[in-house]
Amino acid sequence: MTDRLSTAFSAPRPALVCFVTAGDGDTAANLDALVAGGADVIELGMPFTDPMADGPAIQAANIRSLGAGTTTADVFAIAAAFRARHPVVPLVLMGYANPMVRRGPDWFADQCAAAGVDGVICVDIPPEEDDALGPQLRAKGVAPIRLATPTTDAARLPRVLEGSEGFLYYVSVAGITGQQQAAQGSIEEAVARLKSATDLPVAVGFGVRTPEQAEAIAKVADGVVVGSALVELVGEHCGDAPQHLRALTAALAEAVHTAR
Amino acid sequence: MDSKPNSFRTQPDERGHFGDYGGRYVAETLMPLVLELERAYRAAQADPAFKAQFDDLLEHYVGRPSPLYFAERLTEALGGAQVWFKRDELNHTGAHKINNCIGQILLAIRMGKTRIIAETGAGQHGVATATVCARFGLPCVIYMGAEDIRRQQPNVFRMKLLGAEIVPVTSGRGTLKDAMNEGLRDWVANVHDTFYIIGTAAGPHPYPEMVRDFQSVIGKEARQQMQDRVGRLPDLLVACIGGGSNALGLFHPFLDDPEVKMLGVEAAGHGLDGDEHAASLLGGFPGVLHGNKTYLLQDEDGQITEGHSISAGLDYPGIGPEHAWLKESGRVEYTAVIDDEALEAFQLLCRTEGIIPALEPAHAIAAVQKRAKEMDRDAIILANLCGRGDKDIFTVAEKLGVEI
Ligand SMILES: Cc1ncc(COP(=O)(O)O)c(C=O)c1O
Repeated sequence: MTDRLSTAFSAPRPALVCFVTAGDGDTAANLDALVAGGADVIELGMPFTDPMADGPAIQAANIRSLGAGTTTADVFAIAAAFRARHPVVPLVLMGYANPMVRRGPDWFADQCAAAGVDGVICVDIPPEEDDALGPQLRAKGVAPIRLATPTTDAARLPRVLEGSEGFLYYVSVAGITGQQQAAQGSIEEAVARLKSATDLPVAVGFGVRTPEQAEAIAKVADGVVVGSALVELVGEHCGDAPQHLRALTAALAEAVHTAR
Repeated sequence: MDSKPNSFRTQPDERGHFGDYGGRYVAETLMPLVLELERAYRAAQADPAFKAQFDDLLEHYVGRPSPLYFAERLTEALGGAQVWFKRDELNHTGAHKINNCIGQILLAIRMGKTRIIAETGAGQHGVATATVCARFGLPCVIYMGAEDIRRQQPNVFRMKLLGAEIVPVTSGRGTLKDAMNEGLRDWVANVHDTFYIIGTAAGPHPYPEMVRDFQSVIGKEARQQMQDRVGRLPDLLVACIGGGSNALGLFHPFLDDPEVKMLGVEAAGHGLDGDEHAASLLGGFPGVLHGNKTYLLQDEDGQITEGHSISAGLDYPGIGPEHAWLKESGRVEYTAVIDDEALEAFQLLCRTEGIIPALEPAHAIAAVQKRAKEMDRDAIILANLCGRGDKDIFTVAEKLGVEI
């Protein structure tokens, strides 16, 4: 199943990874707009009441989604329907541990596999607690995608890489989503460091908002992740969100795909 | 747990797990920090100078040891077991919270951190943190839910007088858990210079262990004082539970004394049958929040639900992981007390002993009220009077329909 991820990242050009929150607006239409705009990988946020690593934009999206009554079953229904419409576009779930382990890690891994989910990014399960979900995901062929951050030093990096699959997500700033962007120089240095330690593709996110930023990062990284800027469009435009998502995604995709 | 451990005092393991609970469920950005904190704490534990400084401040700044007090008139009124109180409400700043803050700020200084953050619910931990920050000249940012700011005006003003910056938190329902989320968000963004003083025995390892250790001064003193005064240990310890720090502080030094029974008292709010309570152990399920695996108030999808209690210090939807383990191992019994019972116990203590308790320990007193009657007159109950009620008089007046 992770084939879809490796295919997306093995293209000769860098990949654009786009995030929206499940259950925030018409998610199916939003996801289709991202694909139509040129997104290579979809990151679908699982809403949580306590999104500790997220800034105001994604917090608000979580609240809108839960306010609209989104359940875990809805998230998997959205994922499965996406998979039926888009057989080759990789889909990754991103969220927090508690909704993922609530019915047990085996249940969650089964649901992911059944819905055609390629990978899972769980913000608050570090390698030290991998037992809580990692083995179950790997057993079902779902990639546990880990985060590396500016605080992940050389001594710690092997620990993070062990058991990581799919791609490595480099969080470019020590902070929450949607805030300031890291200096380009520090991103280049970090990506070089990560790439010398792993064969996994390295995607860079947190604070990327514009095609210009995305292009600069795509010159060095295998992928660029954009979240808050897209989620803000969903919040702002409600029913009209898909056309705005598509336009921004297209501009980002153009910048990322032609960066090198 | 199928067999009894040899000791109940050796938790957590090296990964910070108390049986199935605890651990370090934090974002990668924080992970190196949490590991560094653990190393620093181990070094401090091994350093006699750290302990000397801690003890000195507890004695001369906090006012320890706190008295052990036989509540004669309350005992008479209840007509059962003798009721004794550990008087931590007499501490500087009016609650047990300062014991932990002294320990953590000394550690922060050892680590070279120059900025302190904390979350607060009732404001007691916020006041204690602001106090130690003033004492050591460090800038202090306190995250507090907007609803709690409304409920706890006197403490908000106290923190401001002490020089703290109060940041109102409006996400969620604007209570303690939301303040903790905001504290964690601040910490990830300021890892280089900031120390997060967590106010209860919860959060990622090593916080639950560290907070318990700093609060254990309560139980260590009480153990000695009991021996000195009556020549034996108490039959039952009782303490209220928000996150569980005052309870662990009292219980932990007694955990390997099998003759001493223990009762933790959660807040049942409007009752355990509905959603309006804060009893994570009795009314919740295991899950992961704020860096640890523990019992949580949550729905079937793992969304966290908001606790309710008349007491702002108890309405946290989680509980320290060591309590989750002590519950499952059967060493500690847990019960819950509703708002009205706590309110009644609050008034009872005022009138029988001339002590205005905080609404948090009023829950412990309500449980004592029930248990004392069922026990022999020569039995001894020791309850933790972990905070004074000055901060709560407005809430109580409102409940009693009095305008002040
Ligand atoms: C006086 C008092 N007691 C108890 C608590 C609950 O915390 P814990 O369970 O950690 O002792 C608080 C929290 O604010 C408090 O102020």
